Amino acid sequence: MSNETLYLLSFILVTAAATFLTRLMPFAFLGKHSSHPLAQHLGRYLPAGIMAVLVAIFLPRSAHWQMPVFGLDALVPAALVIVLHLWRRNALLSMLAGTGCYMLIQQQLSF
Amino acid sequence: MPQHNWLVALKTSLPVLFGYLPLGASFGVLFSTQLDYAWWIAPLMGVIIYAGSGQLLAVTLLVTFTGLTQVFIAMLLLNARHVFYGLSLLDAFKGAGWRKPYLIFGLTDETYSLLTSRARSEDKKREQQIDFLITLFNQGYWIVGCGLGAWLGRALTFDATGIEFALIALFIVLCIEQYKALQSSFPIWLGFAAGLLSLLLFPASQQLLIAMLLICVVLFWQYPANKHRYQNHLARGPVDE
Repeated sequence: MSNETLYLLSFILVTAAATFLTRLMPFAFLGKHSSHPLAQHLGRYLPAGIMAVLVAIFLPRSAHWQMPVFGLDALVPAALVIVLHLWRRNALLSMLAGTGCYMLIQQQLSF
Repeated sequence: MPQHNWLVALKTSLPVLFGYLPLGASFGVLFSTQLDYAWWIAPLMGVIIYAGSGQLLAVTLLVTFTGLTQVFIAMLLLNARHVFYGLSLLDAFKGAGWRKPYLIFGLTDETYSLLTSRARSEDKKREQQIDFLITLFNQGYWIVGCGLGAWLGRALTFDATGIEFALIALFIVLCIEQYKALQSSFPIWLGFAAGLLSLLLFPASQQLLIAMLLICVVLFWQYPANKHRYQNHLARGPVDE
């Protein structure tokens, strides 16, 4: 095995180990306490909070913030997703419409 | 007659397909244009590592022949947010047997989002089988994306600019679903505030982790006031919402 192959192989294994470790930790240390009230409290509210964090961080990053657009290139598709989803509550429809709208805007306008 | 597990999992995971194919492909393209390895190493990384941002960072680290200790630490830090994911799935994965290691291995942002947002029945065994299939499908989409991107490389000409918005749209949809399930908007506002705050104050690489830490701190802080509700649940056994 060449040095480069060896490096690549160990690189992949090290990366995989680190990634798996971060996912494993709560189960390894807190697995026995899954019915603890605190675990229930976090289990109930954490997912919604995390979902909102993902939106709050990735949505602004996907927008252009200079004038005259000022974020509308991502905020309009996002609003479309919200309105459609509140109206029809069809996840796939909301996503496809929002993504299509975003793609159209990004490809038509040049920033 | 309930729907077959495969069908339920396929339907639930479909939105991720639209996000993972282009995202995996962009990793694949980056991999094959920046590095000199065989194209199939890219999907192989999707099989063994299975982490979006982790694999993108991996390309950068591979280009510069970064030392393995440093790689390990960088990946731990980048993926530290995953620690919070398991916290809310301890009970859902309990007793999942041989499926459990894979459920934990496959806990990406998107899989976590789907698993915590979908409606669950009383039949825990069946729900875990569905969780397993959703995780499996998601990783399948990811691997195919990685492979296509690396194989086609620069030849990829289809103008897919903006398709990555699919994942943001998915997160928005799941926010609404979470809100409807909880009948409370508090955690949504909390997460939104925490996200915007860290977006404004911290460097990009740390924003997710810090925002999630913030939510956790607030949830810990308001826990004593809510404690009685869960203890009642315990005393009365499992109670429906």
